[in-house]
Amino acid sequence: MYPSRFHYEAPRSLDEAFGVLQAYGDEAKILAGGQSLIPLIKLRFAAPACIVDINNIPGLDFHEEDSDGSLNIGALCRHRTLERSPLLRSKYPTMSATAPLIADPMVRNRGTLVGSVCHADPQGDWASVMLAMGGEIIARRADGSERAIPVSQFVVGPFQNALAQGEIAVRARVPAARGTRTGTYLKLERRVGDFATVGLAVALEVSGGTINRAGLALTGVGPNNIQCTAAEQSLAGKSLNASTIEQAARLAAEAAQPKTDVRGSAEYKRHVVYTFVTRALSNRQASAA
Amino acid sequence: MEERRINVVVNEEPKSVDVEPRLLLAHFLREVLGLTGTHIGCDTTNCGVCTVLVDGLPMKSCTMFAVMVDGKSVTTVEGLGLPSELHPIQEGFREEHGLQCGFCTPGMMMASKALLEENPNPTEEDVRWGLSGNLCRCTGYQNIVKSVLWAAEKLRSEAGAISR
Repeated sequence: MYPSRFHYEAPRSLDEAFGVLQAYGDEAKILAGGQSLIPLIKLRFAAPACIVDINNIPGLDFHEEDSDGSLNIGALCRHRTLERSPLLRSKYPTMSATAPLIADPMVRNRGTLVGSVCHADPQGDWASVMLAMGGEIIARRADGSERAIPVSQFVVGPFQNALAQGEIAVRARVPAARGTRTGTYLKLERRVGDFATVGLAVALEVSGGTINRAGLALTGVGPNNIQCTAAEQSLAGKSLNASTIEQAARLAAEAAQPKTDVRGSAEYKRHVVYTFVTRALSNRQASAA
Repeated sequence: MEERRINVVVNEEPKSVDVEPRLLLAHFLREVLGLTGTHIGCDTTNCGVCTVLVDGLPMKSCTMFAVMVDGKSVTTVEGLGLPSELHPIQEGFREEHGLQCGFCTPGMMMASKALLEENPNPTEEDVRWGLSGNLCRCTGYQNIVKSVLWAAEKLRSEAGAISR
């Protein structure tokens, strides 16, 4: 398949990139990993007049903790890096569980977390993880100013994000935890590499057996990733036991908005949400004991 | 028509070519350079037959523009071995009957090359995960996995021979 023609720019700095964005306005599209954008362009669902390839801009391929304990993930940090990251393995179990479940090895070598969240595909796994962890996208403007947009407000609809014209998503940020992080990502897929039939991100911040903050979010069971606010609130300040787990699982299943499709019936998917929450939280309870 | 000059090393040979930005890397390799060992299967980023190494990492050449490999090095199946001097991975596919129709084979081999470079002593499960982005419509996976394990052993024994 042949994409329609476009003008191509490969800026060497963010300043240059902002210059291109200014010249082309909403006809310009940022290309990072390209693993979602290029398929869209090939199918001609997207036909941007100008592609701004940011892969040659130094300083965007990183993931590191700030002095305040928050985690920053640069716009060119690939899934591959996150999959192999000792930092994530030791301190960010939800993210560490997610990275190897993104698409397949070749896509993970190229695709990026920030790009995935920007793409706002309702089937995207990272947006659920960011919702569960209270993550933000940092948008930068030509004048160097930045604003932090919580992912709950960043994803505004299917394939729609809250970036304003002239802004570039330069990194994602996960705020410091209150306590120790525990969590996981569970993904039911028809075959390896498929989009999720149901995905569940669980991110808890725990001290002394008490949950200071609970994050639960769902993939594949709604028009967007769904944050299970009621289930999260039901867990906050509590400890994990059979009754709190059951209540959270029920509230999460109620928050799901599944549709019957090739991947399964709505009832089935809702049941999987219930089962996944029960399983994920029971395992956390077992590992804490 | 807009064109850009790209400088890319393909199978250790430097190339300097003007390309249209919309030209996919897979089409560049096949139609501009005539390297038809890289196949195009699904064209929708699913099947992995177009896998090539870009700076040593396997990537889907149907999901990159040729302009994006400017300044990089690309290895295709033609760069793996010669008919007279097969790469151990190619030998493994021959020895263990790792191909039926052969269409997925170039992608399988390139993904295997990167897999074995990162993990010279993989388990069967490691191989299956490592090749999880490569589809075989003949469903010849059993023998493909055996082929890669055969190649791993051969590469290890060669490395052992060199170090002795």
